[in-house]
Amino acid sequence: MAYDKQRADVYAQEHSLQKFEGVFENSPQLKKKSDKRHRKLLPSLEDAVKASGLCDGGTISFHHAFREGDKVVMQVVKVLSDMGFKNLTIASSSLLNCHDGLVEYIRSGVITRIFTSGLRGELGEAISNGLMDVPVQVHSHGGRVHLIQTREISIDVAFLGVASADEFGNANGSHGELSCGSLGYAKVDAQYAKYVIALTQELVDFPNYPASLSQDEVDAVVATEAVGDPSLISVGAARLTKNPRDLLLARIAASVIENSPSFKDGFSLQTGSGGAATATTIFLGEKMVEKNIKASFALGGITGPIVDLLNKGMIGAIADVQSFDVVAAQSLRDNTAHTEISANEYANASSKGAYVDRVDVVLLSALEVDTAFNVNVLTGSDGVLRGASGGHCDVAAAANLTVIVTPLLRARMPCVVDTVNTVVTPGETVDVVVTDHGIAVNPNNPDLEKRLHDAKLPIMKIEELRDLAIKRAGAPSPIEYTDKVVAVVRYRDGSVVDVVRQVAQ
Amino acid sequence: MKLRRSMMFIPGDNAGMLSNSYIYKPDSVMFDLEDAVSLTEKDSARLLVFNTLKANLYTGIETVVRINGVETPFWEQDLDMAVRGGVEVIRLPKTENVSEVREIEKKLEIIEKNCGRNVGETKIIAAIESAIGVVNSVAIAACTPRMVAIALAGFDYLVDMQTSRSSGSEPELFYARAAVLHAARAAKIDAFDVAYGDVNDEEGFLREVKIAKNLGFNGKSLIHPRQIELLHKAYAPPKEAVDHAEKVIQAAKDAREKGLGVVSLDGKMIDPPVIHEAERVLLLAQNS
Repeated sequence: MAYDKQRADVYAQEHSLQKFEGVFENSPQLKKKSDKRHRKLLPSLEDAVKASGLCDGGTISFHHAFREGDKVVMQVVKVLSDMGFKNLTIASSSLLNCHDGLVEYIRSGVITRIFTSGLRGELGEAISNGLMDVPVQVHSHGGRVHLIQTREISIDVAFLGVASADEFGNANGSHGELSCGSLGYAKVDAQYAKYVIALTQELVDFPNYPASLSQDEVDAVVATEAVGDPSLISVGAARLTKNPRDLLLARIAASVIENSPSFKDGFSLQTGSGGAATATTIFLGEKMVEKNIKASFALGGITGPIVDLLNKGMIGAIADVQSFDVVAAQSLRDNTAHTEISANEYANASSKGAYVDRVDVVLLSALEVDTAFNVNVLTGSDGVLRGASGGHCDVAAAANLTVIVTPLLRARMPCVVDTVNTVVTPGETVDVVVTDHGIAVNPNNPDLEKRLHDAKLPIMKIEELRDLAIKRAGAPSPIEYTDKVVAVVRYRDGSVVDVVRQVAQ
Repeated sequence: MKLRRSMMFIPGDNAGMLSNSYIYKPDSVMFDLEDAVSLTEKDSARLLVFNTLKANLYTGIETVVRINGVETPFWEQDLDMAVRGGVEVIRLPKTENVSEVREIEKKLEIIEKNCGRNVGETKIIAAIESAIGVVNSVAIAACTPRMVAIALAGFDYLVDMQTSRSSGSEPELFYARAAVLHAARAAKIDAFDVAYGDVNDEEGFLREVKIAKNLGFNGKSLIHPRQIELLHKAYAPPKEAVDHAEKVIQAAKDAREKGLGVVSLDGKMIDPPVIHEAERVLLLAQNS
């Protein structure tokens, strides 16, 4: 039977299907052969914004792989402000000191809502003082993915800074002169945003592999002068810290891990960043070598000392959602045992399988811990937002052994208290609190307490640590708040675990 | 038997360090009222150190106060405050002769009586910081039962000797080290080696620790908490030495239980000094 277009059209109509109108009807981008390959490469950020269809009231998203070196957020928000946008929601995987300039755009009404895992500096202070009408939603890294998947965060346009991209949108953070390493957070935005703009300072030939963000997710590519300064990524010294208190904390923390039932061949770990965490990694590594105990994998924000253990064969693999220093970024580029993972794979409680679920030991810091072992990593002793939820509650919930490391006092303020200002990580997910004055084990883990006691480690009741802190520094006056809620702390499953109120003037 | 491996210096005018340095667990801590404190802060430092001593923060750590020298107008008030605060040891800087120690002793006795402490309870460490001090160290070390240790201080000594610090084997300190160490050992007291000034040079520090340890010093004066762990590790006896010491102590115990006057191990006689050394090795091992 000969081809009968009319018969096909009738069938389509009768069955509510689209009738064939020509090969380019639904893919006009292929119509002009000379343009089709370059069509995503737009001359400016303004052009990309126009192409995205962003409207007032829309949601824009960012990642924080460049940490304090990030140049994308402020660059984009300025352009959007100049273009006259108002009432936008920012959904950034975190906000740091380099984003203090957002205060101005909140005041002018360009930004009216924020989702983030962290707030610090002048921005944190201004928000704590009631800058915004709508409270900031503070989520964990895993919790952010949950909020995106459940569409509470519905990203209209994702602005994703990358170290290198080709004109078709294949992009990564690990290859390029100004490499930031893993794009673990950005991968989620690329997957779920309605429109994805990759910003890069290094446009490379097609195809750009590895494609952390793939061409089928990216709508536009913009070459820009700067997306970030990798020298400002490092949040913990790659070399051993010289701070004697951090070294002391690290030695105790390493001994706690060494004497825990989790320390056995094939275990897995996440140790994070910062002086004490980095030193713990180094000391723990020494114990691993000494006892020939090898880890199956290391997870998380990755630092040089973790890479060093991988290179020595003491860790089998690294799953990297965020590279905390240049060494980690280079290792991700060069070592096949070092793999980039998305925030969904990393820590989302509602994903089909998060790496945190398989972690044996995690080492985490704290601004405050209370006698119920609840941890605050968000608000300072003055009640002001000056921290980040990060992956804290995600890994604590899933790991077999959660070790919190904190000095007993910071600048004469007790860090072990009756009740924390803000709960980010519930105490039931915390096993041990290591301080420079002693170790407290959660009473729900008596076996661990006995093991550590038998190992002659300085075990104390958490209440004793609290009393000692008050004895040394005196009882701090309570912080005065107004009734206005300035931030809502979302647990990893999206539930509200706490609220942060405005600090009274 | 008391370990005196580490004597950590803490400036007497640094409230932050005074209030929390016990967490690093040195064997001895020295609150400094002398060189680390400017002339204008001598009184406030004295008050801070007094309150630190009274607060009993340094439980299990020997407390030492370095007073200002007897040639200054400060030393008597320093001594009064330290003894009333309950200090265990006075470190006398720039000790050159026995008469200086006698002067301190005399004053100590008066203060101890006045504040209800036992006479003789406050001990003394003489710091030797000059050529004449080194020459007189034998007499200084043995001049009073209060004397528990001698500490060599390198900086002023080398100025006095018209030389300066070298790296490596440090021949410029060899004679002084050997001399004060002999003085200390002859008097049956302890000896501290000089402080190492470059806190960032761990390699250099450990090289010097090795020299001091091999010569026989009990330990060193330290200027940074980070040096404590390094020093204690360097002084930790090797496993074989610990195993041997345990055998010696067991043999001595067995002999005592059997009522034997002679202790033997593997067919060899063991003298009391060997037992004493074994006890020291085990103490070092337990505290490393």
